[in-house]
Amino acid sequence: MHMPKFAGIRRMAARIQEAKGAPRWILYVGVGIVVFFIILAIFAPLIAPYGFDQVSSDGMRFPKQASPSSDHLFGTTVQSTDVLSRTIWGARTAIEVVVLSVIFSIAIGVPLGLVSGYIGGKLDRGLVLIMDALFAFPYLLLAIVVAFLLTDKLNDFFLSNLFGAGIVTAAVAITVVYIPQYFRVVRNHVISVREEPYVEAARALGAKRRTIIGRYIFYNVIQNVPALATLNAADAILTLAALGFLGYGIQPTEAAEWGYDISRAIDDVGAGIWWTGVFPGMAIVLLVTGFTLVGEGLNDVLNPLIRYRRIRKPKIPAAQGQEAS
Amino acid sequence: MSDAPMQAQQPAAGAESEPVLTVRNLRAWYGTMGDPVRAVDGVSIDLRAGETVGLVGESGCGKSTLGRAIMGLLPDGAAVAGEVRYRGRDLVGLPQRDLRSLRGPDLGLVFQEPMTRLDPLVTIEDHFLETLRAHEPDTDTDEMRRRSLAALAGMGIPPTRFKQYPHEFSGGMRQRIMIALALALNPKVVIADEPTTALDVIVEAQILQILADLRRNFDAALLLITHNLGIVAETCDRVAVMYAGQIVEEGPAREVFTEPAHPYTRELLRSTISLSTTGLHYIPGAPPSLVDPPSACRFHPRCPNAMEVCARKDPIEMTPGAEEGRPREGRVLCWLHGPADEIPPGGERPLERGEIALAEEA
Amino acid sequence: MEQAASIGSEPRAALGETLLQVRDLRTLFSVRGSFLDRLRGRESGSVKAVDRVSFDLRRGEVLGLVGESGSGKTTLGRTLLGLVDASGGSVKLDGQEITGLGEGAFRPLRRRLQIVFQDPHASLNPAMTIGEAVADPLRIHGITGDREQARTRVAGALERVGLQPASQFMDKYPTDLSGGQKQRAVLARAIILDPDVLIADEPVSMLDMSVRAKILELMIDLKRELDLTYVYITHDLATAKFFCDRIAIMYLGKIVEIGPADEIYADPKHPYTVSLLKAIPEPDPSRAVPRDLPRGEVPDAVTPPLGCSFHPRCPRAFEVCGWESRDLRALLEARWTRMPEAEYRAEREVIGSLEPLDEPAMSAVLEPASGHAPREVLELIHRLRADAPDDPFWKGVAEVRERGGAVAIRFHDGLEPRDVEAGRSRLECHLYDPEALAAAERARNAQRSNDRPSSDRGVAK
Repeated sequence: MHMPKFAGIRRMAARIQEAKGAPRWILYVGVGIVVFFIILAIFAPLIAPYGFDQVSSDGMRFPKQASPSSDHLFGTTVQSTDVLSRTIWGARTAIEVVVLSVIFSIAIGVPLGLVSGYIGGKLDRGLVLIMDALFAFPYLLLAIVVAFLLTDKLNDFFLSNLFGAGIVTAAVAITVVYIPQYFRVVRNHVISVREEPYVEAARALGAKRRTIIGRYIFYNVIQNVPALATLNAADAILTLAALGFLGYGIQPTEAAEWGYDISRAIDDVGAGIWWTGVFPGMAIVLLVTGFTLVGEGLNDVLNPLIRYRRIRKPKIPAAQGQEAS
Repeated sequence: MSDAPMQAQQPAAGAESEPVLTVRNLRAWYGTMGDPVRAVDGVSIDLRAGETVGLVGESGCGKSTLGRAIMGLLPDGAAVAGEVRYRGRDLVGLPQRDLRSLRGPDLGLVFQEPMTRLDPLVTIEDHFLETLRAHEPDTDTDEMRRRSLAALAGMGIPPTRFKQYPHEFSGGMRQRIMIALALALNPKVVIADEPTTALDVIVEAQILQILADLRRNFDAALLLITHNLGIVAETCDRVAVMYAGQIVEEGPAREVFTEPAHPYTRELLRSTISLSTTGLHYIPGAPPSLVDPPSACRFHPRCPNAMEVCARKDPIEMTPGAEEGRPREGRVLCWLHGPADEIPPGGERPLERGEIALAEEA
Repeated sequence: MEQAASIGSEPRAALGETLLQVRDLRTLFSVRGSFLDRLRGRESGSVKAVDRVSFDLRRGEVLGLVGESGSGKTTLGRTLLGLVDASGGSVKLDGQEITGLGEGAFRPLRRRLQIVFQDPHASLNPAMTIGEAVADPLRIHGITGDREQARTRVAGALERVGLQPASQFMDKYPTDLSGGQKQRAVLARAIILDPDVLIADEPVSMLDMSVRAKILELMIDLKRELDLTYVYITHDLATAKFFCDRIAIMYLGKIVEIGPADEIYADPKHPYTVSLLKAIPEPDPSRAVPRDLPRGEVPDAVTPPLGCSFHPRCPRAFEVCGWESRDLRALLEARWTRMPEAEYRAEREVIGSLEPLDEPAMSAVLEPASGHAPREVLELIHRLRADAPDDPFWKGVAEVRERGGAVAIRFHDGLEPRDVEAGRSRLECHLYDPEALAAAERARNAQRSNDRPSSDRGVAK
């Protein structure tokens, strides 16, 4: 009993390799940026000069609100923490939260979309109603509500031990916001695919529902998911930053978070202290841009509808008489 | 719609009159990520007033592309070279604006899927009025309505239905509306691209009847593009057979069907299944890729009569039967018809080639 | 290259026992009316896609189901396979009733009943290789054994359908294959379970001419080698001629004629069959386009014509075929289509609304428009008749009289066609039904005796 050899994924990889021109560069630049941040995230303990809440080293307390110098490349904050370190540790937070939330969203949204689209009927109508309601809800408000409700409730959750309760809370809050998108995209695609002759052929062969969904429909409807996931990731960074800015989700004692840093930096601006806000802000902008470029690049390469192919008009060489003799 | 053929512009329609549209060495290539697709690769053909020419070939031979190339309706990624002469002008390379003003009053086009070409929000009558207004703005409205009604009635659409919308008509009626629209401005050239392929056989016969009557009542030159040989036999004066982007044979329908000059035509006729055929025939192999067609004669890998020269030298267009001193009307692109003096020594030996691999069978 | 496979040259498999017995099968689809219709309270209709179909399928034969779009042939095929639920009637496979079986109970039967669809480009899962696609039926029914065995079986099936060498095709995706090759792969998938019955729904109509013959020949070979029984669904009587032993002609959900193939072609009886045969284009330039085609098109299936559904188009219809008000409208419209505009307008003015004629009924009332007298309407009807007195429509008119300020037209009672035998075929046509002919005779006599003392200018005989 072997699964089809990931045909859909193989085809996607092939198309990525074939891509030429602008979409390819967009994709590569985006991937470069994201990989850079992932490296920062994974190797934070090695790269960051100090801990995210470290205020002293070798017994000496760090200066307060010091401008960038050789000791503190990005300066320090009003709490004497090193901005560079916090920015790097913030990358780890961001990547963890976003990866978790994307995985959760896909794990819930895609199967629901598959089942709802194929089975239809009351189940479908009910789910669509719920998803549309979630989708219509102002997303930030939704994230805040969920984060608020879950604060301190997830302390025993197994993932919390791995990542920290605050991170998981933030991830779940963001997940809820994005599930409807995966659901919708997959469901709509399933509805069009289920009328295809090859699906009917599978029924005629006697395939059970789960076989049809799993082998005949699944691989044909997930083409849009990777692009969607990266675009959602970009959005999720912003949502996370917003949550942190407003003080929800991640507690400052648990981890560094860019949004939180920016909220702390607002007071500094009036005093001409720019480094506490600019660096976390730039980090957000860069990472979001990176994910967006990957998403758009993938879209251009994989999605035939909006793929702008670089097709050049061929040059027809001069005729060699094929006329009547 | 007049009953008597309009003779005012042309001398008596027939083989002697000047063609309305001449195509010379037309090539239309589509750009791709790799090598271009040579959909039309050197086609010449004449269309004469009052004459119906059937352009026949299987899928992928380039016939639809030819129709569109003549009309200037190819997408951006396609390049066109050659000449299409209409009333002294070369349509190839003409700016779209000029082409647009020609489409309608001079060049009419009938497509395969009428539903996608009619605006679902506009009544049938209004379709006509719009077209007439756009191209003949000086006609007064009553006259326009009268002409529209007459055109539609001529197609068998009852006047009680003029104010209905396209979706209220069946497929066959919509196709009649399309034909009426195409003829409304009295174009000199009409190109019909698979007009009956999507229709049932009885409705198809009805439409063919209309097209056959067209020959008598209009003086438009009609190019009927189709893969169905039966249709061509019933409605066309002349027939041109296309294979791999080239016209391999052309001539009066009667002669081409009873005495095909080109082996492909012959094999195609034999593989057509109709009520009177008694055995299943087919052509081995598959139609060639238009990106990299076979060398010299493109049919040589599948031709039962292939000779050595067919794989080496491009065939020369000849008049069938000329070599034997009994020239017939028409032309054929095949070494079987000579010229003998162009064939190198030994070139007439049957071509040796392996059995067409089963893996290459269509 | 020639492969002769003409009729009669190959031995017909002995027609064995009845494999499939279909009695009075019905499949209805409900059709939701347009938004406007529902606002106006018009009920949504239902379409009788399959309307009381009965036939037997015997082992080893090829039965053709021939019809145009809307005939129900495709729905019939799907109903036999359980892909669409039957709304009534019975289908027995080897004596076992299969309508109404749940999916679980039907599943084992699917090994015996397989289908090949029309569009080779869409019948194969784009995400599976050919090898996986052809192996899937084995996996679904749990007969794989080990990988090697499965692979051998798949290779065997591929080679059998002409995809040789099998190893070259196993790992290809459908997009790498041509139309003919795809259809072969679909056939391989269908035969790998060694089914008894193969339903082929337009298997070659989307293929080029030169490829059609190859696939048809393959199907003939498979029938011989694997002892298959086919139901061949098509709109193309020409290809059906090669392939089929018996042919059933379908029109609007009913089988209007069914009989041995040679009889259908040599001596077609139902007027629809006759016109289908005439309409097939022949690559013979000396043959002109047939002039006596039935008028009009296949009618709307939601409200089919009364009586015999073919009567509005039938050149030989007569008294009892089910004449109704909509036929009158059609006739009027045909007349107006041929007239110059001014005359049309003059005539159109005389009648009020034509909408009442759209309600199917065996009588019609034409009200004159305001400012016009019923007499004018009557004159119009007479002119209509004088135009084409031989139109079958007039046989159906029993009486035309002025009544209550309008003109009432009564048609003869229409009868539903019965299943009758003619030659070696079965038909649903009044022309061959002695009872219907007798009823028509009675109606004619009644009309004659009614006509004599008529006071109005009724229909002259």
